[in-house]
Amino acid sequence: MITIKQLSIFLENKNGRINDVAKVLAKEGINMQAFSMAETADFGILRLIVSDVEKAVTALRAADFAVMLTDVVCIQCANTPGSLSAVLDYLAAENIFIEYMYAFSEGDTARTIIRPTDLPRCIEILQKNHCRIIDTYSL
Amino acid sequence: MIWNENKECMSREQMHELQSKRLRKLVSTVYHNTPFYRRKMQEMDITPDDIRTIDDIVKLPFTTKQDLRDNYPFGLQAVPTSEIVRIHASSGTTGNPTIVGYTRHDLGIWQESIARCLTAYGITRNDIFSVGYGYGLFTGGLGAHYGAEYVGATVIPTSTGNTEKHVRLIRDLGITGIACTPSYALYLAETIEKMGVDAKQLKLRVGMFGAEPWTENMRKEIENRLHLNAYNCYGLSEIMGPGVAHECECKNGSHILEDHYYPEIISPETLQPLPYGETGELVFTTLTKEGMPLLRYRTKDLTSLIEGECECGRTNVRMTRIVGRSDDMLIIRGINVFPSQVESVILEMPEFEPQYLLVVDRINNLDTLQVQVEVRRDFFSDELSTMLTLRKRLADRLKSVLTVSVDVKLVEPNSIQRSEGKSKRVVDKRVIE
Ligand SMILES: [Zn+2]
Repeated sequence: MITIKQLSIFLENKNGRINDVAKVLAKEGINMQAFSMAETADFGILRLIVSDVEKAVTALRAADFAVMLTDVVCIQCANTPGSLSAVLDYLAAENIFIEYMYAFSEGDTARTIIRPTDLPRCIEILQKNHCRIIDTYSL
Repeated sequence: MIWNENKECMSREQMHELQSKRLRKLVSTVYHNTPFYRRKMQEMDITPDDIRTIDDIVKLPFTTKQDLRDNYPFGLQAVPTSEIVRIHASSGTTGNPTIVGYTRHDLGIWQESIARCLTAYGITRNDIFSVGYGYGLFTGGLGAHYGAEYVGATVIPTSTGNTEKHVRLIRDLGITGIACTPSYALYLAETIEKMGVDAKQLKLRVGMFGAEPWTENMRKEIENRLHLNAYNCYGLSEIMGPGVAHECECKNGSHILEDHYYPEIISPETLQPLPYGETGELVFTTLTKEGMPLLRYRTKDLTSLIEGECECGRTNVRMTRIVGRSDDMLIIRGINVFPSQVESVILEMPEFEPQYLLVVDRINNLDTLQVQVEVRRDFFSDELSTMLTLRKRLADRLKSVLTVSVDVKLVEPNSIQRSEGKSKRVVDKRVIE
């Protein structure tokens, strides 16, 4: 699969809820590879990339968290100025809008999770422009 | 199926005659045996001779919950305690509980009442029936229990408490019928799903649900999740317990067992009787009760009565769903709001669990209403904007139904407290000055 599964978790804005999620995952031996949080005044959505998606969903739902899965795409660019913006330009030129994105770096490389409006077309464009897409196995 | 065709399908004239006869006897009994009623009747300048037919009932005094508390524990009992074979009590959040004593004859009428309900739901001696009401002072458990035994079903006194064990019994014993509160039925459905049991594989067929008001949407939800036919059973301990009224296969109002429990609808403000079809407070007179007979007991439940023969063949009067309680009703900025209205809106939106809490407060002298509602474990959007839109849709819908603006707070699954008995749906933080 060239896309990867992201966990989206509904959280009330209460102290320690992100930590509660982390504890559930730690107990199952699941790694958090990347995350980002989007918030309003009284609730938020935690977006997570983890090492074992199915196990994480089962464990979190059992712990009464609301969890859903979203397909996202992960790209890798050189960790240098301008390389991400070049990729975004390709997408903008083809009218692909980005709902949200977040980045994490690993050594010399920067990886970016992108949730576009039109996922299949987004992948098509990225491939056409020879961007490096990271799939589930190479994460 | 009909348990007692003779009584349940009586002509209106015969019913009128039977009720009149029973009322005359009742009034004479309480006049001579209950000092409380004699005094009230004397104050109103009436004697048993003034009561000729059931239509004269409007001349009689009302009884309220407060009267029951004031005469705690045995003041309204019309027989010596040696005649009483059982006592139930209803919980009161304030003051004395309400004590109800039953003679052997009363218990017989009660099991007959439940037998009529269960038969209307299609329960027979071939069913395995689980009673998931609490056993004890509350009338639900023992009431449903003896009625189901009377019908001849195999009765399992599961009670409330260990829900996972209940699910295993349902699965392993092939339980076909269940009695519990509608909110417990939803909790049961949740537990079944959580345990990974497939509700479609269970033999559950019939649910007898009562002891708290519920809505048509809640019925759909329960039927879809438990794969059974959900029927309403109405009752209250002051009058008897469960079994005062019940639905039939038509699910179009609950048949009142009016040969035993005579219903009236009154305006809660003027106390004047209202005609069929109009919504007001439900009032009952116990036509055949011996232990603690009551005249015109004000239930505080708001509903209306439907006249006319039902498609099922029964001729007795039906009551519509309880739309609220005159004392449950919240007055928010001068507007009447019932928790049941909020519930039906939430049940229309599959994005939410049917679990909610109303929090009423007064901020800067202005009443505020917050509705907390749980998102489902598996259904919501990864986009904040979608979640905000969803919240707004619920708030708009609530505003259009309630005509007051509502602050909707989305909360995590299972964060609103579940209850196995009557659910607590309202927190009113307003300080009454
Ligand atoms: Zn009917």
